[in-house]
Amino acid sequence: MNRRLFLRTTGLALFGAALPLHAATRRNKVLVVLFQRGAVDGLNMIVPYGEQAYYASRPNIAIARKDVLDLDGFFGAHPSLASLLPFWKDRSLAIVHAAGSPDATRSHFDAQDFMESGTPGVKSTKDGFVARALAGPKSSVPRAVAITSQLPRMLAGAPDAIAAADLAKFRNDGASKVFAAMYPDAFAAARVLGSVDASGSPLQQVAALIKADVGVEVAFVETNGWDTHAGQNAPLANNLKRLSDEIAAFAKSVGSRMNDVVLVTTSEFGRTVKENGNRGTDHGHGTVMLVLGGATRGGKVHGAWPGLGREQLFEGRDLAVTTDFRDVFAEVLSKHLGVREMGRVFPGYAPRDVRVSSGVA
Amino acid sequence: MKRILAGAALLLVAATPTTERQRAEHALNRLAFGARPGDVERVARMGVDRWIEQQLHPERIDDRAVEARVARYDVALAPDRDRKKVRQNIANAASQRIVRAAESERQLNEVMTDFWLNHFNVFAPKRVTSFLIADYERDTIRPRIWGRFEDLLLATAKSPAMLVYLDNARSRNEALNENYARELMELHTIGVDAGYTQKDVTELARVLTGWSITREGEFRFRPALHDRGSKTVLGVRTCASCGIEEGERMIRFLARHPATAKHIATKLCTRLVSDQPSPQLIERVAKRFRDTNGDLRETVKAVIDSPEFWSSRGAKLKSPFEYAVSAVRAAGARIDDPLPLARELRKMGEGLYLAQPPTGYSDQAEAWSGTGATLARVDFAVALANNKLPGVRVQTSDAEALAKHLGAPEFQKQ
Repeated sequence: MNRRLFLRTTGLALFGAALPLHAATRRNKVLVVLFQRGAVDGLNMIVPYGEQAYYASRPNIAIARKDVLDLDGFFGAHPSLASLLPFWKDRSLAIVHAAGSPDATRSHFDAQDFMESGTPGVKSTKDGFVARALAGPKSSVPRAVAITSQLPRMLAGAPDAIAAADLAKFRNDGASKVFAAMYPDAFAAARVLGSVDASGSPLQQVAALIKADVGVEVAFVETNGWDTHAGQNAPLANNLKRLSDEIAAFAKSVGSRMNDVVLVTTSEFGRTVKENGNRGTDHGHGTVMLVLGGATRGGKVHGAWPGLGREQLFEGRDLAVTTDFRDVFAEVLSKHLGVREMGRVFPGYAPRDVRVSSGVA
Repeated sequence: MKRILAGAALLLVAATPTTERQRAEHALNRLAFGARPGDVERVARMGVDRWIEQQLHPERIDDRAVEARVARYDVALAPDRDRKKVRQNIANAASQRIVRAAESERQLNEVMTDFWLNHFNVFAPKRVTSFLIADYERDTIRPRIWGRFEDLLLATAKSPAMLVYLDNARSRNEALNENYARELMELHTIGVDAGYTQKDVTELARVLTGWSITREGEFRFRPALHDRGSKTVLGVRTCASCGIEEGERMIRFLARHPATAKHIATKLCTRLVSDQPSPQLIERVAKRFRDTNGDLRETVKAVIDSPEFWSSRGAKLKSPFEYAVSAVRAAGARIDDPLPLARELRKMGEGLYLAQPPTGYSDQAEAWSGTGATLARVDFAVALANNKLPGVRVQTSDAEALAKHLGAPEFQKQ
């Protein structure tokens, strides 16, 4: 932490609550969540190219064997994910396939809500599971930052969470003269975040936040455009390329600090195994999650593969879910962030070991 | 007094207005985009009930001045894959919306237009929809928001904008696309908890095969693409040999379904009364909807006539659109160019015609509260009061006091 920032945050502590110790004394661990809103087609993102049923189900939109970037002889990455391949090779990138929520809903809204509340099937949950993981005394430093204009459901109820589509905005203190006394908490947070030189894509802003060591423990970003009901190949290729390049640029920018950072991607559900009538796919069930950085056991596609044979499909049409998304998050939250009370984070659920993180960076 | 929600900086507390002046203020906050200087006195003088009655019949209010103002934006360009034209089409539609919301005398009409456009959301940047969005608002939504729900629903089902946005235009027998059929039940009519199954979604999608558009962007039913096989939706056997009528009957069936009355009543009460409307209020409004065959004027009136509406003063947080427009109105600002305001709405996360998911934008405070939202709003207040939004002119001798008023917690509530 640089001296100027240290003085500034210490100054804050004089009229706010005490600083979390780690902010001033050591580099903290960070979880970055990237939500692919709209339900990504996991089967074309990470292709089970060794499975004949995949090609039989998708005569027009399957990614050809010769085009996939081979991962392990059975799965291959969509060619647009080329910039992620180095992380696969150095084993910092893991993939969890056939992941998702046990709830059968194919409603975007409900499925996102269930995933972010961390309670599939329960609509009355008020707060987000990441907010529950962060529960603790109020801090003068935002412990969770979403680079979105509205606070995501995942962070709802966290007293120290802040959402801002553009962190650079916080450097403009024209309003603080008039409003700092009216909204003391907001402007205290703005002073901390405003000291970070952040610009560019949301993930680039997260990278700047991490490097500035202001004590942020969770960062959240989201991407749109995954709801590919028609003519999906070109837009999906573009979106995957952007996703891949932004994650790769993020990891490069964070550099050696990636040992302290784990990035997890998630999406509310997957898409139908069979293509629909418009070279697109409709709402499905299981999809794919990526886990990058920290002590990730990378270079491996985790999770049991349920297969794409007719009798293996969920409700006769979709990729089955063999890894609950909560298993992946529980492991990263406990092993990486050191969150202890998983019963509070995922009430009524006993997460299973997926061994995607070894816990030792 | 009832405690509703404790936010980071905003405590929303419901109160009952007692004087005619307070009732006028409340009505202007909820049934209009806030008060302009002098509005509260004017409405109190004419009588709040009379003002509401007038607002419920917008066709009786002379609005030629604002119509003349927005005519210049009534242009839609065929996009031909040109991103600039797409942006221009959205800018034109947004300019009209903003000027109407800020200046129309038919204020309740603008509030309800906002509500129904959000209920039947269409994301304008998708393919040719930017070209269709102005027609959609002008010809599909606006003429029907005071009529019967089923007519509004059927018009959206046949609107080229919706057919493209939710892909039904491309759905055909043997090559089904279930996107629209699902949202038709989940979002537009019976609601996600009404107990329909995946099978119902697929069958309804089959019913709607052939509902398509022409190259010129007009609705067309294409019998050759229609699935004539037998189908059952929500336990009802459809008329497989009826062609387009099969779908029309099903859509009217969905509009009249009791779950639709409840779903629409819940959304209206959430928009106009509070984020957690009581089951009793919802049932009363749903009953009026059912009893009047979905008469939307009567249904809105049932909400406004309720004691819950009148005891909810200050219980709702303004959405970004409500906030920005009400600030412009309160400041008595003159809009020469609405686009900077459209940009500010994008910054607050709710750009007009830019909600990508079919759900539209949330109508509850949790989406709009929090530190980032607070900072965005005070930034907006400072910029507006200091004439830093080009094209939006404010006359004030004390910019700081004006900014403070518009940025204060009190002004965020309605």
